[in-house]
Amino acid sequence: MTYTELALVSVLLVVLVDLFVLKTRLLTRKGYWTAYAIIVFFQLITNWWLTSRKILSYSEEAIIGWRIASAPAEDLLFGFSMVTLTMALWIYWGRRGIQRT
Amino acid sequence: MLIFTVVGSFWLEIFLKVGVLRRVKRVALSILPVALIFLVWDYYAVSAGHWWFDENQVVGIFGPKGIPLEEFLFFIVVPLASLLTIEAVRTQKRHWKFGDES
Repeated sequence: MTYTELALVSVLLVVLVDLFVLKTRLLTRKGYWTAYAIIVFFQLITNWWLTSRKILSYSEEAIIGWRIASAPAEDLLFGFSMVTLTMALWIYWGRRGIQRT
Repeated sequence: MLIFTVVGSFWLEIFLKVGVLRRVKRVALSILPVALIFLVWDYYAVSAGHWWFDENQVVGIFGPKGIPLEEFLFFIVVPLASLLTIEAVRTQKRHWKFGDES
């Protein structure tokens, strides 16, 4: 699969996990979206740094070609999946009573 | 870039007292499964040639498939920063629900 396909699948899976598997429903909460807005702002800075200096490079064949702050648009999907799944697990374990405070 | 992320997020632990870094068990249970899944993806992507790293711009310690040390740290540091961020939001918005309230 290409990076584009994998990134889209990962978003779909993470949305399903948040809403229906862990039932954390972070995607329905203001607090999550506030945190995500902060994260994505910093992601754009770090992505731009890493790709514009070619510390990290991408195959044009694996991506659709849309670039945001010099990095492939797919990176935003990858980042969304990674941080959303982490936060959903964090809330899940808190709800289960593990180190709630 | 990793240092930028650490400096940019870890102050939240000290100044907003989010208490993420002291909850080691909950952090590990949240980050390690995600890091593992995304490392598998990373390994596949590097193998398939989706992306690659400039060997001259990393410290020079490599894991399987030439994945640099920085990439392994990325999968720890970035998820950790996300937890510090969401907990920092919570300290500022006490009335917002996050779903783990008792």
